Amino acid sequence: MDNRQPREFWPPLVAGIGLGLALMGMFLFTGHGLGANGFFTRTVVWLSDATNPAWAGANAYFKSYLSKGHPLDAWISWEIAGVAIGALAGSLTARRFQWKIERGPHTGVAARLALALGGGVLTGFGAPLARGCTSGLGLSGGATLAVAAFVFLIAFFAAGLLLSALTRRLWQ
Amino acid sequence: MNFPLENSGMLAVLVAGFFFGYFLEVSGLGSPRKLTAQFTLRDWSVFKVMFVAIVVAAAGLWLFDVLGWLRFDALKIQTTFYLAMAIGGALLGTGMAIGGYCPGTSVVGLFTGRLDALVFIIGMLIGTTLFAANFDSLQGLYLAAQGPKGQTLAALTGLPIWLILLLLAGLAAAGFRLGAWLETRRGGVISASELAE
Repeated sequence: MDNRQPREFWPPLVAGIGLGLALMGMFLFTGHGLGANGFFTRTVVWLSDATNPAWAGANAYFKSYLSKGHPLDAWISWEIAGVAIGALAGSLTARRFQWKIERGPHTGVAARLALALGGGVLTGFGAPLARGCTSGLGLSGGATLAVAAFVFLIAFFAAGLLLSALTRRLWQ
Repeated sequence: MNFPLENSGMLAVLVAGFFFGYFLEVSGLGSPRKLTAQFTLRDWSVFKVMFVAIVVAAAGLWLFDVLGWLRFDALKIQTTFYLAMAIGGALLGTGMAIGGYCPGTSVVGLFTGRLDALVFIIGMLIGTTLFAANFDSLQGLYLAAQGPKGQTLAALTGLPIWLILLLLAGLAAAGFRLGAWLETRRGGVISASELAE
């Protein structure tokens, strides 16, 4: 085999066991699970406070975050730094790191980026509404058997399955 | 032993985050084509990795609890807000079907070289700003249909935790069987070499 080829992905069972142990370890150490969206919320609060402090200070949603200070004081920022390093380590050591704009074979670059932006806007709106994301609420809540996690996950998969009737051509 | 240690120190979360990102990457969940192939039922990696992780972590925490090494009630357990969580979950499912990522996988996507993930992240920052800007009018929805504080499946159903874990493991196994059956009929899982072409 050509050794410039990327190595294949791990079997989902093995990677899932690893992820489950990492998640359990996080709970044992910290008392809470893994998250992701909280980092972006903190970033938005910080950017808003830096660019328009009067508006940010008056905002009811930002109120609980503003007292918590700089994003670098938040544990979730350091966790996300770990995620970034872990993703780099995994992809570089298996020759899977590749600069690209990933898209379906029949989707143009401009269309892909417009859809990435639109999907991001919906996600950025939906995650604070749900009080968490696929990791912070779905995965971490699931590990504690929280009802909230399963409400979220059922809605997440149902919407994705329904939407894919319209979006599958973008990706395949 | 007296878990949780309630230590959210930089090193502990950095290490946990490292493994989080690493295991997402090695299972291919930094790829938007692979992530969205879950919704077309061609590639069941998202379901398999997530469900196995949930069952393993839940079973591990239960074991620590049974052995008396863990104060389970000291763990953070979210309270259900049925309406906001269902709508938010549907928005994230829609966002992934359209945009190809969720918040965590977008970080993995960006740090495996995918520039579309950066655009998705910019979109998320805009979306959260819009949410905050409209928070006053959303507050009714945000607080509606609240469930009991920190309710778990055990509290909801009255079933013992070991039985719920067995049921979830059975559901995961059924998903693996169904997934394997559908994967062979819909073009097979998306491989790393296919993504590199």
